[in-house]
Formats: sequence, structure tokens, C-alpha cells
Amino acid sequence: MNQSRNRLVFLALILLGIGFVALVRSTVNEYILSIINFVGIYIILAVSLNITNGFTGLFSLGHPGFMAIGGYVTAILTFPVSRKSMFLELPQWLANLEMPFFPASIIGGVCAAMMALVVGLPVLRLRGHYLAVATLGFLIIVQVLITNWDSVTRGPLGLNGLPAITNLWYVYPWVVVTVYVAWKIKFSSYGRSMLSIREDDMAAQCLGVNLFRTRVAALVIGAFFAGIAGGLWAHLVTAITPTSFSLILAFYIVVMVVVGGAGSISGAFIAAIIFSVLTEIFRPLEENLDVYGIGEIFTAAILILILIYRPQGLFGSREPGFLLTRDTQ
Amino acid sequence: MESNMLKVDDIHVYRGETYVLQGVSLNVGQGEIVALIGANGAGKSSMLRTISGLLRPKSGGILYRHHQHAEEIDISRIPAEQIVALGISHCPEGRGIFSQLSVKENLLIGAYLRKDKNEIRQNYQRICKIFPILDERANQTAGSLSGGEQEMLAVGRALMSRPKLLILDEPSLGLGPIIVENLFKVLQNINAQGVTILLVEQNAVMALDYANRAYVLENGRVTLSGPSNELARDQKVRDAYLGGV
Repeated sequence: MNQSRNRLVFLALILLGIGFVALVRSTVNEYILSIINFVGIYIILAVSLNITNGFTGLFSLGHPGFMAIGGYVTAILTFPVSRKSMFLELPQWLANLEMPFFPASIIGGVCAAMMALVVGLPVLRLRGHYLAVATLGFLIIVQVLITNWDSVTRGPLGLNGLPAITNLWYVYPWVVVTVYVAWKIKFSSYGRSMLSIREDDMAAQCLGVNLFRTRVAALVIGAFFAGIAGGLWAHLVTAITPTSFSLILAFYIVVMVVVGGAGSISGAFIAAIIFSVLTEIFRPLEENLDVYGIGEIFTAAILILILIYRPQGLFGSREPGFLLTRDTQ
Repeated sequence: MESNMLKVDDIHVYRGETYVLQGVSLNVGQGEIVALIGANGAGKSSMLRTISGLLRPKSGGILYRHHQHAEEIDISRIPAEQIVALGISHCPEGRGIFSQLSVKENLLIGAYLRKDKNEIRQNYQRICKIFPILDERANQTAGSLSGGEQEMLAVGRALMSRPKLLILDEPSLGLGPIIVENLFKVLQNINAQGVTILLVEQNAVMALDYANRAYVLENGRVTLSGPSNELARDQKVRDAYLGGV
């Protein structure tokens, strides 16, 4: 009985979301619509990083690197064949390939996930600060590779004039899928094993959790959604350059997870909305005063205050009660 | 005489550069309670960690038989999670409870390797009967429990994997005397239900009181072993570990 009530709550939320999407698309202007798209992408990023960083406690700064991989792969696959030959020197099979957006973004996500596997195998033997430094190194390697791989990525110029495909009917379903997957993981035995690694890895090992395999899985799942988000991003901005996915972005996503509460899906969701809206609010102010970086300073200040006064974040590891059945405690 | 369940044979273990176990051998019989006692740094915890696969011995073997008629297998080279699956559950030093998760979640993680939902539920209810306080606090975070309750949670969680051999690293650490007394009574009950117990204790009085046999470890070597009542009378043991009483 409780379970079905729970399903109803989720169904209602999903329908509410669809209604919201339909409503804003017919009422608000392009500018606000693009902000809402960004908010959606940030939600995907924060909720997926929460699987890696929040559930399993892997302090990864590599998320923008996975986004970049997903973004570039998607962009190259959807780029019109006629223009590909003008800008890029691709192998024959790739030069003649033009894919619809949806399968291209899936491939982008899969490529990001495979890269996470390759990176994870050596790096996930490291812990704590070492892991943060190693994933930071990965982010830089990705940027350098993209910058120098002229024939495929057009180097520092980046790819522009991408088809503007991303709209809320693409972003919203991915938000739903990301949240759904994260939720299913969290309240499964597998998700509990991830949380147990975060809490005390030795005790988790004593209970039969395979630390290494679970850590790699957490990184790979997070990277897949980062790759998807990268594809959405590229086709929202309609341009992609090596600097699109920087350390600043990693900082923003990590802040969302920390402020929302490491391990809390609702927390990451809400924090993603708050911070992406905040930066947009500060943008006109920055432009008028000709002082840039107010948004970043504000964000950092909020982070510091949260770390001092509420280190567990808004929600801790938990979810609000009305979303839970008795079964999922 | 019970049949041997665990036979540790001339184990040598290094932690980094430090030579922590210098050829330790010991036996645990089916249905016994065996205690390892010794001073800090004697290698007690390293011994337990080697058995449960968290440390790898440089040489030597660990033979384990998961029930009376099973073949002996050498578990000294197999990964920790497979050792759990074979029925050895290790309750680590400092309890290692997952403090931000609820009591119920902690217990369920103990059954991580088991698949049968019905059996897990029955097991869960059995553990709630052994430790009624855990049932009362099922939805509280584990970090909000008192030290004694946390120890019960750690033992209950280890039991969720339905071990044949329960390994406990200093269960009495930081607990008051009455709580320790109760805890050991519960452990004795668990043992009576067929779970073999190997435990490390600083509290040698308690350990020798409840264990069938004990080993004394000093600087990575077994220096004494025997039935606990004999060890409790031994003058050297009394001087070193029982406060000379």
C-alpha cells in the first residue's frame, strides 16, 4: 500500500514537471528558457556527481572532463557532413557520418563512461586527497588533448555553429532518468554498499563489499550522465571549446553536492537549482558594475558558511519524508 | 574433541616495512570460543585481518573448513569478499559502524552478499530479538547510538551474513563493566547456537572467563597457549595481563 502511494507521488511529480515544461515553453522568453535548460543540465550534473562523490565518497573533480568527452563526441557525430569537411580532417567513416541527436548523445555518454573505466582502474586505488589531485590531472589531460587534437576538435577554436537541438523536451527526460537511476541505486543493496564504503571502507570490506569494483562502478555511472550532460550543453550553447569544461565548473558541481548534502538526491537537486539561478541573477549586476566574479565569490561564501554551520549540507544523507515509503526508511 | 575449523599455519605478515607476525600458528575448533590476548602492538589485530583477507601473508597458510565434513581450503590468498561468502565475518577494531546510515541500513549491509530476501528478513528479526534495542532504534542514525549499542550493532551486522566463524576485534573497547558483562553473555549465547568465535581482547580477565582456549601473542609470536582456566592460573599471564592479581 505504501509502495503504491510512493509511486503515485513520483508519478505526480513527473507529470507536474511535464506541465511545468509545457507551461514555460509557451510563456517565457528565450533567455529565461535557456536558463531553465541550464538549470536542468546542472541538476543532471549534480545528481550524477552525487553518485560518485556523495554515495561512494570519491572526491572526484573529473566531472567536467567527462562532460567534455561526451560533448565533443556528440557534437562531432551530429555535425552536418557538408560542414565537417570544411573544418575537420576526420577519418572517412566519421566524416560521412551524421547522426540524430539522441543516439549521438547516448554514444557520448558511453564514451565518457568508458573513459571513466580507463581512468578509474589505476586512479581508484588512491584515496582522499590523492584521488582529488589525480582526477584534477585527468581534467587537465582532457583539456590539453582537446586543445592539441586539431584534426578532430579544431583545437582551441572549438566547434561552433552546432545545431541548436537541446530544448526542455530533451533536458527534462534526462533529468528524470538521472534522478530515477540515482534513487533506485540509493535504495538498493548496491547503493547501501556504496554508502558503506563512504562511511568506513574497511568495515565495508569486512562485510563482503568489493571496494575496488564498487568504486569503479560509481565513477563510471557518474561519468555516463556527465557525458550526456556535455552533449546537451554543447547543443544548447551551440558551441564547444576546450575551456568550456573547466575546473571552475568542477568547483560549482562539487559545491552543489556538498551544500545539498553528500548522498542526498533531493539536496543535490535543490542546490543545483539554487546555484545555477544565483549565478544568472548576478550576471546583469556584474555587467552593469563592470565587476566580474561576484557570483563566484557569493557561491564560495555560501560554501564556507555551510561548511561551518551545517557541514552535513541541507539534507545530510537523507531524503525528505514525503518521498519515502516505510520500506526505504 | 571438536574438529578443526581454522588452522593458521606459520603465518608471516609485514605491514609496509614492519614485520608484524613472525610465524604464528593457531587452531580454532568447531564451536569454540578462542581468545587472543596480548599487549598493544603484539599483532593481534593483524592476525585477525590476515584471516579475513584484509592483509596478505608473505608466507604460511590459513586452512578453513566451513563445516565439519567440508574440504579444507587455503583462504590466505583469496579476496576478502569471498572469505565473507565462505562464512567468516570480521567485526573490525573500533566497530566501524556506518554512522550516517540508519541502524536498519547498517544491519542490511551485513547481508550484502546474500540474495534470498525472505531469509534475510528472518535473520533480521532474529537479530532484533537478540538485541531488542536495535529494533527500537531501527530508523535512528547509527552515530546517535551509545558505545554499547554501537557494539551490539556491529556484532548484529556481522551476524547478518550468517557466519560460521565470527571474528571480533576488541568488542569491549571503551565500554563500562556491566555492558561488557552483558555483551559477553550474548556472545556466549550466539556461540551456543553454533557460531564459532575468535576474539581479540585487551580485557584479558573477561576473555579468559568466557573463552575455551586462548593464545598469548607477544611481538608477533605466540608465547603461550592453552585452555583459558590454565592460562588464568599461569603466573606470567597473571603478572602481565591480569594486573598481577
